[in-house]
Amino acid sequence: MAAITLIEGVTQALAYEMKHDPSVVVLGEDVGVNGGVFRATQGLSEKFGEWRVFDTPLDETTIAGLTVGLAAQGMKPVAEAQFEGFIYPMMEQIVCHAARMRNRTRGRITCPAVFRAPWGGGIHAPEHHSEANEHLFTNVPGLRVVLPSSPARAYGLLLAAIRDPDPVVFFEPKRIYRQYKEEVPDDGEALPLDVCFVLRDGTDITLVTWGAEVKETLEAADALAKEGISAEVIDVATLTPLDFDTIAESVQKTGRCVIVQEAPKTAGFGAEIAARIAEECLYDLLAPVVRVAGWDIHTPLFRLEQKQLPSTARIVAAAKRVLAAG
Amino acid sequence: MPIAAKFEIEYLQYLDPEGKPVRKDLPDFAQNLDYMVELYKLMVSTRVFDTKSIALQRTGKLGTYASCLGHEATHVGIGASMKPEDVFAPSYREYGAQLYRGVRPRDVYMYWGGDERGSDYPDEPARHDFAWSVPIGTQCLHAAGSALAFKLRKEKRVAVCTIGDGGSSKADFYGAINVAGARDLPLVAAIVNNQWAISVPRKIQSGARTLAQKGIAAGLFCIQVDGNDIIAVRKAMGDAIERARKGDGGSVVECVTYRLGDHTTADDARRYRGKQEVEDAWKKDPVKRLRTWLEAKKAWNKKKEDALQHECEEWMDKEVNTYLETRAQPVTAMFDYTFAELPADLVKQREEAMALEKR
Ligand SMILES: Cc1ncc(C[n+]2csc(CCOP(=O)(O)OP(=O)(O)O)c2C)c(N)n1
Repeated sequence: MAAITLIEGVTQALAYEMKHDPSVVVLGEDVGVNGGVFRATQGLSEKFGEWRVFDTPLDETTIAGLTVGLAAQGMKPVAEAQFEGFIYPMMEQIVCHAARMRNRTRGRITCPAVFRAPWGGGIHAPEHHSEANEHLFTNVPGLRVVLPSSPARAYGLLLAAIRDPDPVVFFEPKRIYRQYKEEVPDDGEALPLDVCFVLRDGTDITLVTWGAEVKETLEAADALAKEGISAEVIDVATLTPLDFDTIAESVQKTGRCVIVQEAPKTAGFGAEIAARIAEECLYDLLAPVVRVAGWDIHTPLFRLEQKQLPSTARIVAAAKRVLAAG
Repeated sequence: MPIAAKFEIEYLQYLDPEGKPVRKDLPDFAQNLDYMVELYKLMVSTRVFDTKSIALQRTGKLGTYASCLGHEATHVGIGASMKPEDVFAPSYREYGAQLYRGVRPRDVYMYWGGDERGSDYPDEPARHDFAWSVPIGTQCLHAAGSALAFKLRKEKRVAVCTIGDGGSSKADFYGAINVAGARDLPLVAAIVNNQWAISVPRKIQSGARTLAQKGIAAGLFCIQVDGNDIIAVRKAMGDAIERARKGDGGSVVECVTYRLGDHTTADDARRYRGKQEVEDAWKKDPVKRLRTWLEAKKAWNKKKEDALQHECEEWMDKEVNTYLETRAQPVTAMFDYTFAELPADLVKQREEAMALEKR
C-alpha cells in the first residue's frame, strides 16, 4: 500500500472506478495526454484510451452539457473544470439540468454525473483561479456538494460520488493537493456521503469546517490543547445534503461553536450552519456562534491572498472569544 | 488570390406552396402514398392538438403554452426520420415529432398544466427521449453527449436535437455542433427557423446568409430545406440521420418555416409583427400544401378529410378529459424525486409538509 497525496487519491479513485465500471468516462480540457493541469487524470488516457478520457474542445458549457447527455444515457461521466473560477459557464447545465433531471422526469431520466473542480486559494494562481464558491451550489436542490480534505477522503468520497445515482459537485481543495501523504489502500472502498467526519474529539468547543481549512482548524485545535482547551473538530465533507445531526450532537456537548470557511463570509455555507444551530440548538449554547471566514471581497492576487484565508491564529482567537463569552 | 475554403448551402424543396412538385425526383418514401397519408394524418392531429391546447389555456385549464402552429411539416418530418432507438432532445414546442415518438397529448397537457408527470412519457421510444428544455439551447449539448455515449458504446444510434432560429445564436448550440464535428459524433441538429424569437426577427439574430451554414464552421454537413414541405424535411433529415448512423458525421438541417401563432399564449405577436406578413405566411401553410398534393394524387378527398378531423377531435377530447381527470400528485411527490434516496434532512422536511397537509 502506497502513501499518496490528496490529488493522487483523486487519480487512484478515477482509475479504480474506470477499471471496474466501463460506463465511467472522464472528460474536460487537457485531461487526456496531459493528465489535467493539476495531473489529476495522469496516466488514465494511456490506460483507458482517448475516448474514455475525453479531451473536449475548450468550452465549459460543452463539457457540462455533454456530461448531462452522457449521464442521461446511462454513462457515468466525471467532468473536470480546470479551476472552480471557470465553473460558472457550467452552472446553467448543472443547475437547470443535472440537478433536476430526476425530478423533471419523475425519475425516468437521471443524471449520475460528477463535476470536479480544483477549488480554493493559496497556490499563487492568477485571477479567477482561487475562488471558494461552494455556496453557489449548496442552495441548489438535487445536488450533492462534496469537499474532501485528506488523501483518504479524496479517494473514498470520489468513489462514492461516482457511484452515487445523483449529480455531485466535487470540489478539491487544491491548496492541500500535495501537502502530505497518507496510506490509502486501493481497495475500492467508498466513504459515506452525507455524513460529517469528526476528526478530533473535544469537550469545550466545536470547530466546524471543510476543505483546505481543515488543516488550519486542526492546527488551531492543537494550539488550544496546549492551553488546556479541548476542541472537537468536524469536517463537514458533504455540505449538502447536510448531516446536521453530527454537528448538533457536538454543539450540545460543548455548548460552543466556531465555523471556519474559506469563502466570503456573507451568505456562505457557514451562515447556514450557524442558522441551523440557532434554530435547533440555541438553548444548548453557552456563547454565541462565531464564524471565521474569508472577507467579503474578491480573492486578491497572491501577494495578499494569505490575508484572505482564515489563519490558524484567527481561528484560535475566535475560539477564545467564544470561550470568554460563556 | 488563393482560396482557403469555399462553401455553398443547398436548398431543398419538392413541393411549392401550391402543393405542386418543383422537381421530378421524388424520394422513394414519397412514392408510397399510404405513408404520406400517415404523415399527413399526424400533421393534422398535431394541429388539432395545438388548437385544443390554446383553447384549454384560454379557459384557464392550462398554464402558458407554446404553440406549434405552422411547424407541422418540420416537426412531423423530423420525428418520422428518426428510428425508435435514436434519441430526441427537443426544445419546448416540437409536439409533432414527439407525438410521432409516442408522447401522448395528455402528457403535453399535463406538463403545461403544471404537473411533472407530463415529462414521464410512458411509452417507447419517447420514454428514452429527453423532456422539453426550457433554457434555450441547452438541449443541443444533451444530444451531443448522448451521441458521444452512442459512439463510446459503439451503438448505431443517432441523437437529434431541435433548436430555434434564436437558439442557434447560443453558445450551447455552437458548442454542440463544434464537438460533434471535432469528434465525428452522430448528432443531427435541426434548426427550426420560424423567423421569430419572441419579438426578435431572424435577420437581427445573425448576419449569416443561412443558419445552416453555421454548421460549416463546425465541419458538419449542412443543408437548408423548405420546412413547410414535409417531403423536403423528411428527405434531408432522413439522409442526415442515416449518414450519422453510418459513422459519416453529423449535420445541421435548417428548416425554414413560420410561426403562425403567438410565441406563447402569454405573447401578443401583433405588437411586433405585421398583419400582411402573417397573411403571406398562411399561403405557405404546410398542412394545406400536403393535402393539395395528396388530393391531386387522388390519395385524399373531402370525405377522408372530414373523417380525419372528426377522429382527431375525438382523440384530443379523450386526451383532454384524461388530463383534466388526473388528480394532482400528493404533496410528498415534490420531495420524492429530488434524489434517488431522500437524505435525512429532506425526510424531515417531507414529514413537515405532510403534517401541514393533514391539518
Ligand atoms: C437561456 C434563455 N433565455 C431566454 C429565454 C426566454 N425565451 C423563451 S423562448 C425565447 C425565444 C426563442 O426563440 P427561438 O429560439 O427562435 O425559438 P422559437 O420559440 O421561435 O421556436 C426566449 C428568448 C429562455 N427560455 N432561455
